[in-house]
Amino acid sequence: MTYKQLTDWVTSTQIYKAIFRHGYEDTPRNRALTTFSNVLYHLHPVKTRRESIKIRYTWCMGGTSMLLFLMLAITGVLLMFYYVPDARRAYNDIKDIMNVVSFGSTFRNVHRLAAHLMVFTVWVHMTRVFLTGSYKSPREFNWIIGVVLLMLTLLLSWTGYLLPWDQLALWAITVGTKMAAAAPFLGVEGPFGAQLGIRPDNDLKFMLLGGTEVGQNALLRFYVLHCVVLPLMVVMFLAIHFWRVRKDGFSGPL
Amino acid sequence: MADKSFEVFPKNPKKTYGLMELVKGTGPIVNKEPEDTIFTWPNLFYLEFIVALIIIAGILFLSLYVGAPLEEEASRDTTPNPMKAPWYFLGLQEMLVFFDPWIAGVGLPTLILIGLMLIPFLDINKKGKGYYTFSERKFAISSFSFGMGLWMVMIVIGVWFRGLDWNWYWPWENAHLHKPVASGLRDLPVMFSRILGISDFAGKGLADFLVLIYFGLGLLIPAYIFKDFFKKLGVLRYATTMVMFWIMVGIPVKVGLRLVFSIKYVVMTPWFKI
Ligand code: HEM
Repeated sequence: MTYKQLTDWVTSTQIYKAIFRHGYEDTPRNRALTTFSNVLYHLHPVKTRRESIKIRYTWCMGGTSMLLFLMLAITGVLLMFYYVPDARRAYNDIKDIMNVVSFGSTFRNVHRLAAHLMVFTVWVHMTRVFLTGSYKSPREFNWIIGVVLLMLTLLLSWTGYLLPWDQLALWAITVGTKMAAAAPFLGVEGPFGAQLGIRPDNDLKFMLLGGTEVGQNALLRFYVLHCVVLPLMVVMFLAIHFWRVRKDGFSGPL
Repeated sequence: MADKSFEVFPKNPKKTYGLMELVKGTGPIVNKEPEDTIFTWPNLFYLEFIVALIIIAGILFLSLYVGAPLEEEASRDTTPNPMKAPWYFLGLQEMLVFFDPWIAGVGLPTLILIGLMLIPFLDINKKGKGYYTFSERKFAISSFSFGMGLWMVMIVIGVWFRGLDWNWYWPWENAHLHKPVASGLRDLPVMFSRILGISDFAGKGLADFLVLIYFGLGLLIPAYIFKDFFKKLGVLRYATTMVMFWIMVGIPVKVGLRLVFSIKYVVMTPWFKI
């Protein structure tokens, strides 16, 4: 059987036709259908301006941020299988991941590296969007969505920081949540806090930590935020972000 | 191109075709020659695929050599010194030296986020959209770069130059040797009342007045010099832009006051101090 015969046969089966809504032959029609009959691919337009896909225009930074987010989701789920957000065992779980679990250290290293990189690439992406003036009308709103994504990215990194339950984690979060206590109006130590009846047991810091200091409640809260709430929010805002890039049109050169 | 083009959706001879409607509006590809587009599949997808492969390979490779850190188990008994936040927050941590926690930890981040969100509504310059240019948007690019530069400098300082007790350590200094506690800081209003021999109240008034002058002149002088800019933006946009801009410039100014004159607070109220 030649290669051609093989592909002809595969693409003529009912299974292939049930999955793919386009033929296999390299025709413009199939090229178009490949893009818009696939739920993931149709985030893209069927045709793209030649100049828009130049790496020197986008620096590939939005797409790279997306890729890193996916890698983080995958490695994150794997880590979740071995990690329990219990202050008595969290640290040992991480030790197990590093030393006992097969490929555990690889996944943890990739997760950590990708997290740092993602902060960086999102930042560079924002710089690229600024430098090309791509936030100007009609893309103002997508820029705002972008700023929300930047904030969510930082919050994800920050909440993940506590989970290993080592010295770095405890004290970085201690410093960070001290700021919450200093928030104007909402923190005990912040301006106008005392005047508004804010106490150590009802201020912003207490809400974040579920207590007055970083302990079990804080670990659980950060875990849920890091593994469920914030990723879901990122996915929601990313959906709007990509939808908008398509609807507003890409700003690339003519 | 012409000889190679053919109908993507061939006409079905059994059907009739008619133009149903014309709609006014703009779309991403309106007014563009068909020739300057290419099929996304495979051109763009291949590119994305290759870039993704390179990045995944790169990260996997790096992960063999750059391990994620894990320190001693969390414990309240020992406090690490210095206590450093992750690198992307070191800019804010650095600000803690120069501002009260509510400004460094809450006020500035909020202002930065709001400021970023406001950019598209403040910058109404139609030029410079979809390509890189400096000459067509000098003010926008320079102020953005100024902010970014400031942010990066803070991070570099935080990562490499801060040591025990958050003191400044050159790379060649002994990082385990504590530095003497810095000598006392002064407040600008108190300095005024001492030096000029005026009452505390007048000293405060003078300091507040100087801040007002800073923002007042910051609003008036550019409006006078760049009349076109002011007219185009209108009062509200112009004022917001300039207040944001001078707050941003005010940060290194305050840092300078602290470093050169050991000034801690400029504005003092019973509720908060800046
Ligand atoms: C999780 C973070 C983010 C992801 C995954 C993401 C992803 C993307 C992607 C894939 C694109 C298509 C073009 C490109 O790659 O440059 C894009 C475009 C865009 N992004 Fe983001 N982005 C993120 C954050 C941001 C941020 C922080 C901003 C700005 C504050 C922003 C503003 C924009 C705008 C305005 C466009 C349209 C650009 C144009 O038409 O040229 N995004 N984004």
